[in-house]
Amino acid sequence: MPGETAALPAPIADWFAAKGWAPRRHQLAMLDAARAGRDALLVAPTGAGKTLAGFLPSLVELIEAPVDTLHTLYVSPLKALAIDVQRNLLTPIEEMGVPIRVETRTGDTPSDRKARQRVKPPQILLTTPESLSLLLSYPDSAKLLGHLRTIVIDEVHAFATGKRGDLLGLCMARLTTLAPDMRRVALSATVADPDGYRGWLSSDGDIDAVALVEGEAGAEAEIAILLPQGRVPWSGHSGRYAAPQVMKQIEAHRTTLVFCNTRSLAELIFQDLWKENEQQLPIGIHHGSLSKEARRKVEGAMAEGRLRALVCTASLDLGVDWGDVDLVIQMGAPKGSSRLLQRIGRANHRLDEASRALLVPGNRFEYLEAQAALDAVDARELDPDIFRPGALDVLAQHIMGIACAGPFSEAALLAEVNRAAPYAALSAEVFGHVLHFIESGGYSLKAYDRFKRLTQDADGLWRVSHPRFLAQHRLNAGIIVEATMLNVRFRNGRSLGKVEEGFAAQLSTGDTFFFAGITCEVEKIDTEDLIVHASKKPARIPTYGGSRMPLSTSLADRVRGFLHDRSQWPRFPDDVRDWLEMQDRRSVLPRPGQLLVETFPREGRYYMVAYCFEGWNAQQSLGMLLTRRMETRGLQPIGFVASDYAVAVTSLKPVIDPVPLFSNDILQDEFVEWVQQSNLLKRAFREVAVIGGLVERQHPGKRKTGKQVTFSTDLIYDVLRRYEPDHLLLRAAWDDARARMTDVGRLANLLERAAGTMLHVDLERVSPLAVPVLVLIGRERVTHGGADDALLIEAEALAAEAMAD
Amino acid sequence: MVRFSFCGTELMALGQGALFWPARRALLVADLHFEKASWYARGGQMLPPYDSIATLADLTALVTACDATEVWCLGDSFHDRHGCERLPDRARDMLRALTGGTRWTWITGNHDAGFADHCGGTIVEEAEVDGLVLRHEADRHDPRPELSGHFHPRLYVTLRGRRIARRCFVASPSKLILPAFGALTGGLDAADPAIVRAAGRPAQALVPVADRLLRFPLAA
Repeated sequence: MPGETAALPAPIADWFAAKGWAPRRHQLAMLDAARAGRDALLVAPTGAGKTLAGFLPSLVELIEAPVDTLHTLYVSPLKALAIDVQRNLLTPIEEMGVPIRVETRTGDTPSDRKARQRVKPPQILLTTPESLSLLLSYPDSAKLLGHLRTIVIDEVHAFATGKRGDLLGLCMARLTTLAPDMRRVALSATVADPDGYRGWLSSDGDIDAVALVEGEAGAEAEIAILLPQGRVPWSGHSGRYAAPQVMKQIEAHRTTLVFCNTRSLAELIFQDLWKENEQQLPIGIHHGSLSKEARRKVEGAMAEGRLRALVCTASLDLGVDWGDVDLVIQMGAPKGSSRLLQRIGRANHRLDEASRALLVPGNRFEYLEAQAALDAVDARELDPDIFRPGALDVLAQHIMGIACAGPFSEAALLAEVNRAAPYAALSAEVFGHVLHFIESGGYSLKAYDRFKRLTQDADGLWRVSHPRFLAQHRLNAGIIVEATMLNVRFRNGRSLGKVEEGFAAQLSTGDTFFFAGITCEVEKIDTEDLIVHASKKPARIPTYGGSRMPLSTSLADRVRGFLHDRSQWPRFPDDVRDWLEMQDRRSVLPRPGQLLVETFPREGRYYMVAYCFEGWNAQQSLGMLLTRRMETRGLQPIGFVASDYAVAVTSLKPVIDPVPLFSNDILQDEFVEWVQQSNLLKRAFREVAVIGGLVERQHPGKRKTGKQVTFSTDLIYDVLRRYEPDHLLLRAAWDDARARMTDVGRLANLLERAAGTMLHVDLERVSPLAVPVLVLIGRERVTHGGADDALLIEAEALAAEAMAD
Repeated sequence: MVRFSFCGTELMALGQGALFWPARRALLVADLHFEKASWYARGGQMLPPYDSIATLADLTALVTACDATEVWCLGDSFHDRHGCERLPDRARDMLRALTGGTRWTWITGNHDAGFADHCGGTIVEEAEVDGLVLRHEADRHDPRPELSGHFHPRLYVTLRGRRIARRCFVASPSKLILPAFGALTGGLDAADPAIVRAAGRPAQALVPVADRLLRFPLAA
């Protein structure tokens, strides 16, 4: 029980009283942690007054013992969020009438204000991980940050486990060196494993040094599955068939958020809803490819309560608090219970009222998944987050930034880096490689001794060799590397947003596609712009942007449980139950932990379907590997299709015994070969080359026109692989390819137990369970060595045909 | 290796982006851009210092495979006029072995104009050989049959959702533009107006695959 230590200074106590509020228990607990000088992690649902809880100790300290130095840094993953919090923090400060100055510092802050902030700092500074990292690269940052008392990290669950989390971890280690008394505070949504975040936050790996404060749970969410006419379709994964029912829900609520799993899907659903929108209700669309102006406009309309519904993607998973939302609809499967809960949290930010949500499953597996998500939420079971070792490209960027701030000793910096949780296990040897990489590229061929970016003094300190490298670093620093994008705009210059170059390359004049809620017809494509006008022609869907979220392991386990546990079936709709019963009769329903593999012939071809439940990424990878292995064994595979639940391979010869196809050595042989030949590594390399500072970032608007571009990272990759395959950046690219792109961890687990748990059933015809997999779109064909050549030959024939007189 | 006829001369387009002239046993390459990586390294972008070695390894393999006795480099052989001085020892040895074993001619380009040290071979601005003009950048006003480089042409084809980019030759009735051969050299769309203007109409992109020479009309 917080006692008198938690007594609030008069301005704050009066402010609470004037509002008719009492400080919440977790807000006072955060204050207690501060007074005890402890680091703290606050885990609480949305709407629990988390932001104020994070700032309260700083306000108290600044009122009790005013300082005119920088007291508190607030770091948020979103620029817009920092601006929003400024509003939410500034208002109370103003109402309390206390002289506390709060300012923001992000990529959008004008440079003269940034310079002034370094000389005359506010007491509270709101920033992002990238801007903090840049701030640390200035020599005067030591003076500015030397008096820092607290760092508050918001939405820590959203980025601690990724590269931005690595960067922030390194920045915190630096801050602790500059200001040893600084407390670390993080605010998180409800997470499965708070200890993982305490470890990440701690300054020396000691979890117990970080106080865990848990907010009171909100009211139970009311979640239901929307089933139009009680029917679940066989195939599809978007829930588009339910557009009329979704529209009815929008009509019946004040404001509805309609979450979609991909940007393409958001565009489609938006079109579908407008077709049903007889009352012409104001409905908007929001996703990461739309222009900043378009997004700000929609956000503004939402904030003012002018929209009845907003179709959106993960771009709204974080962000501005809109209060008035009273329904969240999830189109397609939710993929994970944590994400679902966070999305539902967007509705109704008051703890004492239940949030309402509807799930619209796209097919029968997705129905099971939606049901599993509901049960998981009821059981308060969340998806675990995986903390992996820090990325080496991020470390390289950080070290260069530190070098920009002033000379450093190798041993001292290594010790500091080791205090950042993601780099706790980093060896002196690898650290030395990274240093060598920054210095002169890290090559065994000593070609660049004359061009070193870092040099070592007689006293052993490292320093930047030329001032131009400081400017270069500051221009190129950052963790987010976007694919090359083209602006989609009207002829009058109005910008609609961006599409990936790869998508634009497939378009030609007169083609149409859905974007920003309208059908766009291409007028002209040039180096940086895709000029379009609105059209009424039928349109195709861009496959731009946004990666696909794989099904979480905990939901997968629940779905597996449903297949086996008949006592669950009565609560399923008739067609789902019939489907499972038919599967039981025709084939087998696997026990949890059993790997069911079905083989059957159909229309002269042979199918093998493996129900792995390991998520889309891992199963896509498995499909690639299986077809490779089948090819070398003469089974003549034609193609495969992967879903979150299963992978199905088609071949001209039957698979008699699947066990050897799933053996673990596939990860040594076929996997390495495949990843090296595929574009995965090149894509990963492009990113690490920019983050690590090997090549300069392409700044939008500065791409060369007409003349060939300077060089491509694909060519660098080829040369490097040929002459220095163990190079640091290739290792970093491999790490990314393994973890993010192929989900190799889940794949390895699957293969590990495949032989022991496989249940092979040879059937005469397709099984009911296989249908939703086989009818999926997005099939992959097996490409043979000369596939590009074959396509070129075909393209030539087409061109000749078209040009014939 | 695919034979074709250009202005009455039998030539062979090689998949690696080089041209072989059987009657002279001559190998022609353009835009090697040796030491491009170290040029960027001076500015702080530490690209792998193996680009010259990679390009020379490929070139050595081709000279051997074709049994060429004559080599023509059509300009921009070095990324800048001091490129040769920066060659790593290993590359220098490879280059000396090549220039010592063949009749080797450097045609200067815009990148390497004025280069002095060149590890052997002869430097010329341009040449006329058996009725073909060899120069770095195509000259629209010269009606004679001409082989050149400079533009780094690359063909982009999209079919069934797959985009393929390939170094290519660009041919018109009297001009043939070679792709860039260097390991770190990027490319410019063969259909770019700058290339089509330089080649003259009608222009085609030529792509050797296995035993065929594919021809793609270029409209620009």
